[in-house]
Amino acid sequence: MAVAREFEYFRPETLEHSISLLGEYGENARVLAGGTDMALKIKQGVETPKAVVDIKGISELERLESTDNGLHLGALVTFSQVMASGLVAANFPLLRDAAATVGSVGIRNRATLVGSLCSAVPSLDIGPALLVHEAVVLTRSAGGTRKTGINKWFTGPKQCALEPGELVTGIVVPLPPGKAGGCYVKRGRYAGKDPAQAGVGILAMEKNDYRVAFCAVGPVAKRAPSIETCLHGQELTDPLIKAAQALVPQEISPITDIRASKAYRTLIIKVMLERGLKTAVSRLKGKPSAHGAIWI
Amino acid sequence: MKKTITLTLNGDARSVDVETTETLLAVLRNKLGVKSPKCGCDQGECGACTVLLNGKSVRSCLIFSVEVDGQEVVTLEGLSHNGPTPLQQAFIDRSAFQCGYCAPGVILSATELLTVNPHPTQTEVQEAIAGNLCRCTGYESLIEAILAASRE
Repeated sequence: MAVAREFEYFRPETLEHSISLLGEYGENARVLAGGTDMALKIKQGVETPKAVVDIKGISELERLESTDNGLHLGALVTFSQVMASGLVAANFPLLRDAAATVGSVGIRNRATLVGSLCSAVPSLDIGPALLVHEAVVLTRSAGGTRKTGINKWFTGPKQCALEPGELVTGIVVPLPPGKAGGCYVKRGRYAGKDPAQAGVGILAMEKNDYRVAFCAVGPVAKRAPSIETCLHGQELTDPLIKAAQALVPQEISPITDIRASKAYRTLIIKVMLERGLKTAVSRLKGKPSAHGAIWI
Repeated sequence: MKKTITLTLNGDARSVDVETTETLLAVLRNKLGVKSPKCGCDQGECGACTVLLNGKSVRSCLIFSVEVDGQEVVTLEGLSHNGPTPLQQAFIDRSAFQCGYCAPGVILSATELLTVNPHPTQTEVQEAIAGNLCRCTGYESLIEAILAASRE
């Protein structure tokens, strides 16, 4: 496929240089990391940047490490690296499980979590996991650094809070306040390159505290505050699950598209919520057999 | 915009003039004479263009060639300097491919799998080649060949 429009390619080796390039070119610059989305958009002419700033030469963006209050994922950390990380597996299994449902090996080896946040498609699998962990997006521009809560990051379908001249340098994922059990439930046709038709991420915590987030059932991935309030402080029982399910329609606004109808998404997401809640709670209580994302 | 890049391709140092807009797939096929990576969907869905970049399977249609300056690329051609690998031999012995269009990508994905996980389960094999579409839908023989190679 011939690329319709020429661009200038830069491969800065320092954060400072990348920021100055992004400042200089502003809206005409695009950041290239894994490229599984951006390279395709450039090839298809959806994006027509004058400058492509490849950040893969900036080694400090490769950081995947624990910090005082959680996990730091640099802008170059790939889905494969998250899946292989012992640190992630030990403390953030929900993140690993969600990462494992993204694309296929050849995509995950290249695609980055931060890139996924910047593409901001409504079906992003990593969205619910980062939302329930209350992750913080770190950005930097010539004007300084900025922290944005993930709940304020997604502003519309394929739109996010990133501003021209800004680079996402990483994500901080705080540890849950105590013990937690997580579960990501994904509805897709098969495991391998299929975007979610619907997705639910759950984090069940001590004292019957629950966090719930959805993807692919609205313009952006989002938390479900009314469901969380309904569940809060209660033992998970069938009547409670029914009450939570009844709140689903007010928390989602699905569309009909090539992958699923609005009616189907509205129906299936309730089933997924139930399975996710039950699994997350059983993991919180330490049931040994349970791990991995649930595909339905 | 033209640029000269240098890469290690199948063990050899190669230098080539490229346009910044050219994909790695296009440069491999049209300028470096390496024909095993195929242009299937050209949008990262099918896996026919798979190559190993620094040892990891990637989609060469989603990478601009300028991105691989100074890096190591291995294609199917680079696996068999000393004859077919045990994995390739397992495919030959079982006539495991039909049309063969997906073959280079499948072999490279399976090579990566067996490098990190020499004795995979069937589920792990299926997961490893989930991103390589076989238009003949001959998946069973692909999976059997990979499992057979892992037992040898």
